[in-house]
Amino acid sequence: MSETTDEEAPVTLYRLQACPFCERVVRKLDEYDLDYHSRFVEPMHSDRNVVKRVSGARTVPAIVDESTGVTMSESANIVEYLDKTYGGAN
Amino acid sequence: MELGFEVVDLPETDHPTEGEEAPDFTRPLVTDEQWEDAGLSELAADHPVLLVFHPMDGSFPATYVWNELRDRAFEETHDVQVVGLSISSPYEHMTLIDDREMAYPLFSDPQNGVAEAYDIVNDLDGMAGVSEPRPAVFLVDSERTVQYAWVAEEWPDFPDYDEVAEAVEAI
Repeated sequence: MSETTDEEAPVTLYRLQACPFCERVVRKLDEYDLDYHSRFVEPMHSDRNVVKRVSGARTVPAIVDESTGVTMSESANIVEYLDKTYGGAN
Repeated sequence: MELGFEVVDLPETDHPTEGEEAPDFTRPLVTDEQWEDAGLSELAADHPVLLVFHPMDGSFPATYVWNELRDRAFEETHDVQVVGLSISSPYEHMTLIDDREMAYPLFSDPQNGVAEAYDIVNDLDGMAGVSEPRPAVFLVDSERTVQYAWVAEEWPDFPDYDEVAEAVEAI
């Protein structure tokens, strides 16, 4: 488990507790042994301004990857990005 | 749920199953007005108990589960009392009971000892030092014998409410 309390971890994950799309991203982060820091947000979509300020949308999951400067939403996009950036192709 | 990708499998557990004794426990039992220590065995002595372990109050599964159970209202047509349990504090339980407009009391177990006794602990990734019960439903009769048990094998996962209804009808 590469879970960390270190806010300097390269990846910040905005997530909702028990959201399967967020867990999907967690699995991928674990697969590539990436350090990440979790921030949990409200289930109520309209209460997620913190995510909107970061990514421009209120959807979760969203990630901020400081090592590449990428901010991204939608689990399928994030998984594809993680595969391309940290997957076997490298 | 059809998601097009695999969800997280939870490890095997040794939770109580049909015919086994449900571990007894005493915890604060919260209504919309008050809370007081109550034991599972005392409750079950009055009427069979449908004990519902749910993720912390405010999570979307807690909302979904209680909306569904409130709408099904098993207690109106069967000899059963529906009782919840989560790691949330009594104050949060009062808010949940009000928000969901439901009459069910909820056990408060912030240290998650009951989940340990039932072997259904779910360690939460990304929340250091916090664990809660995995979603689970136990129907317990007056002898505290388990008549029906469902424990999540994936995260997230939801009870099969029709199966629960059949179990309640059979009691």
